[in-house]
Amino acid sequence: MAELMINGRRMQFEADADTPLLWVLREQLGLTGTKYGCGVAQCGACTVHIDGAPVRSCVMPASALTPTQKVTTIEGLAPNASHPLQKAWDALDVPQCGFCQSGMLMAAAALLKAKPKPSDADIDAAMTNICRCGTYNRVRAAIHLAAGQVQRKQIPIVIEGGQA
Amino acid sequence: MSAAVLSRRSFLHTTGAAAGGLMVGFHVPGLAAAGAAPELNAWVQVLPDESVVIRIARSEMGQGTLTGLAQLVAEELECDWAKVKTEYPTPGQNLARNRAWGSMSTGGSRGVRESHEYVRKGGALARALLIQAAANRWNVSVVECATASGWVLHGGRKLSYGSLAAEAAGLAAPADIELKPVKDWTLAGRPLKRLDTRAKLDGSQVYGMDMQLPGLLNAAIKDCPVFGGRLKSFDATEVEKRPGVKKVVRVGDTAVAVVADTWWRAKTALEALPIVWDEGPHAKLSSADVAAMLKAGLDAPEAAVGSSQGDVAAALAGAARKVEAVYSTPHQNHATMEVMNATAKWTPERCEVWTPTQNGEAALAAAAEAAGLPPSACEVYKLHLGGGFGRRGAVHDWVRQAVAIARELPGTPVKLIWSREEDMTHGRYHPVTQCKLTAGLDAAGKMTALHMRISGQSIVAGLFPQNIRDGKDPAVFQGLNAGGAEGALGYALPHLLIDHAMRNPPVPPGFWRGVNLNQNAIYLECFIDEVAHAAKRDPLELRRELLANSPKHLAVLNAVAAKAGWGRPRAQGRHLGLAQIMGFGSYVAACAEVSVSKKGELKIHRIVAATDPGHAVNPQQIAAQVEGSFVYGLSAALFGEITIKDGRVEQRNFDSYPVVRMEHMPAVETICMPSGGFWGGVGEPTIAVAAPAVLNAIFMATGKRIRDLPLSKHSLA
Repeated sequence: MAELMINGRRMQFEADADTPLLWVLREQLGLTGTKYGCGVAQCGACTVHIDGAPVRSCVMPASALTPTQKVTTIEGLAPNASHPLQKAWDALDVPQCGFCQSGMLMAAAALLKAKPKPSDADIDAAMTNICRCGTYNRVRAAIHLAAGQVQRKQIPIVIEGGQA
Repeated sequence: MSAAVLSRRSFLHTTGAAAGGLMVGFHVPGLAAAGAAPELNAWVQVLPDESVVIRIARSEMGQGTLTGLAQLVAEELECDWAKVKTEYPTPGQNLARNRAWGSMSTGGSRGVRESHEYVRKGGALARALLIQAAANRWNVSVVECATASGWVLHGGRKLSYGSLAAEAAGLAAPADIELKPVKDWTLAGRPLKRLDTRAKLDGSQVYGMDMQLPGLLNAAIKDCPVFGGRLKSFDATEVEKRPGVKKVVRVGDTAVAVVADTWWRAKTALEALPIVWDEGPHAKLSSADVAAMLKAGLDAPEAAVGSSQGDVAAALAGAARKVEAVYSTPHQNHATMEVMNATAKWTPERCEVWTPTQNGEAALAAAAEAAGLPPSACEVYKLHLGGGFGRRGAVHDWVRQAVAIARELPGTPVKLIWSREEDMTHGRYHPVTQCKLTAGLDAAGKMTALHMRISGQSIVAGLFPQNIRDGKDPAVFQGLNAGGAEGALGYALPHLLIDHAMRNPPVPPGFWRGVNLNQNAIYLECFIDEVAHAAKRDPLELRRELLANSPKHLAVLNAVAAKAGWGRPRAQGRHLGLAQIMGFGSYVAACAEVSVSKKGELKIHRIVAATDPGHAVNPQQIAAQVEGSFVYGLSAALFGEITIKDGRVEQRNFDSYPVVRMEHMPAVETICMPSGGFWGGVGEPTIAVAAPAVLNAIFMATGKRIRDLPLSKHSLA
């Protein structure tokens, strides 16, 4: 029986030694908010925090972690989706299909912790997650909004023209 | 588990009970429990707590149709938008109720444009019943009553929809009803926020891959990597001894699956399984073979005619000047973020499937066939899609596989998840085509003739060969037709011939977001640019001349040119490129602004995009679709290419099939300019103008004309 500290709770599970953290979270612990997208650390849909740093859990064997390391998943980012990024995501209607958004939010949360006022270049460098629906521009805008760098009404997402 | 139990709106499930004992509650789409409140009709149910349940037949895959369709129903119902909830009727219910919800197919940007009328009627008829119920109580005429935000009003008194719903449900609906004029809309037409955002912010949204059921097993699958090949044999002896492995099963003629307690164990066991393939007749096929096959079609005497006007051969022969070019676009994979998956449970009497699908009815048909049961003995529960883009609509290969596996374990639910590698190598690929274009100009530089010969793959021939008539696939000519909602060519040319030499390589084709409009717009709009430059004319001015009698095409083109600053001074090194097209019922244009460094590094700074979808149900969601269209279109233009070697797909994952990421993304400025009088789609058309606008701008920046995609094959230095 192995043990990890996940979202502030001690959780016990049994898994083969090579099992990536992603599949322990999803299959042993029922935390399905963390997604499988590629399995080779390319897409970032599986991003979680380990001691605050963003990690692609699909290539991180759970057995490589110690019970004192703090794992945070999207379910544990903030109570009731109250993280400033979750609020900004909501304000700007960022998600489309939403499948990549857990990873996007976790990557963005780690970025803001390291750089509370990120530049566009910082965002390009940190946010390498793949979104196929095409939410990148709203993700960028929402990070700036959460960082307090812009106000909602300054974000030029919409739109000229109207009803016909 | 019976359908009645599963139709409950939420249930608890356990997972990893032996270890963590964690209980997780989640919501599964399905109808509310029978008896909670009677429905007013197929589309609307009002609950005693005043919440309004609006049923949505089309699938939500990110495109916002759930919100847009709900807006249309709520507009007519005049309910309180804050109290609206949505749910999916199941395909089985649609079958049992004589298709009360119409088509469930979600593709071709049809969600709003093909169901706006009957969903609005659903809302309007439900409102009429609520008014009738109130009028009965008050003993007044219905014409004296009004409604507002969930209340029926009469003089100074009012009754809530929730208090009237039970009575209203027992009344007979009017035979028909008049819909509000669009100009009177107050809820539809507004940039409302999506209804499905919240659960996508905290991990609670359940996608197909997240499905859990008591006793669930997991399966990983490997299909023959060579197209047209078969499974010869496998040796399960060692693999079946691995911990957690329950069974190794043959799936049809071509695939083998491992079923285990966890997917990780199933996947790793499958990787260790010795498999012998019969690689079949295409074992040596390469992309070079495919290209040669298509090249031969460019000059073949036989071709199906899409559009014809005047006498192109004579006009070209007599032209003062000819311009000719050959273009090509490769196969693409949909690469949805969520790989193909389905959960199936089979018994000799009944089969149930939980899956993300763009077409619940087609999924049900596929499940029934694979189950060996009539559709009435089967059910499909639609789960949210982690992307669709056309992969999850026409073909339900993964559903058939899941059911075939579940048949080997009667009574046990099995969740099949493809690996990303399986998903990349067993797609239904955007068809491969080439195109030879020849234009004739008169002495004054006026374009008088165009021959556009498309050679290549037909999606319809691959998926619905019964719809090929006299060797012609009409869908190939999307955007190039003489008229019609599926894409009318805006350019007026006295001599025009557009034809298609069908060449179908043994690589399975599919509907890929934007479909044939994508490559047709690349060919047409890059070539028009070539003609303009050859004639030393301004590309905007030439287009305007040819679009003089196509005011809607012209309007979106002018809009992007004006906003992007065409013809005005701009920063050193910045260059513009234009494209326009009509398809999926809508008119779209884009103007891209790029720069290319001396080293050949491309930067796409901004794209101005205009869309005229006729009526705009939610401009905010239209903007989101336009933004997303550039990610999809530019991913293909810049990087996307599925290549074939030894009969199999060479790309394996996102490292070998790169896509647009944050760092590549231009600013997108969306102009939504609905002109009224028609209904167009918005999920796809803009994809088609992404690549040609950028390629035309690259030509302005570098003088290099890229005719063979993707761009990553070429140096811009």
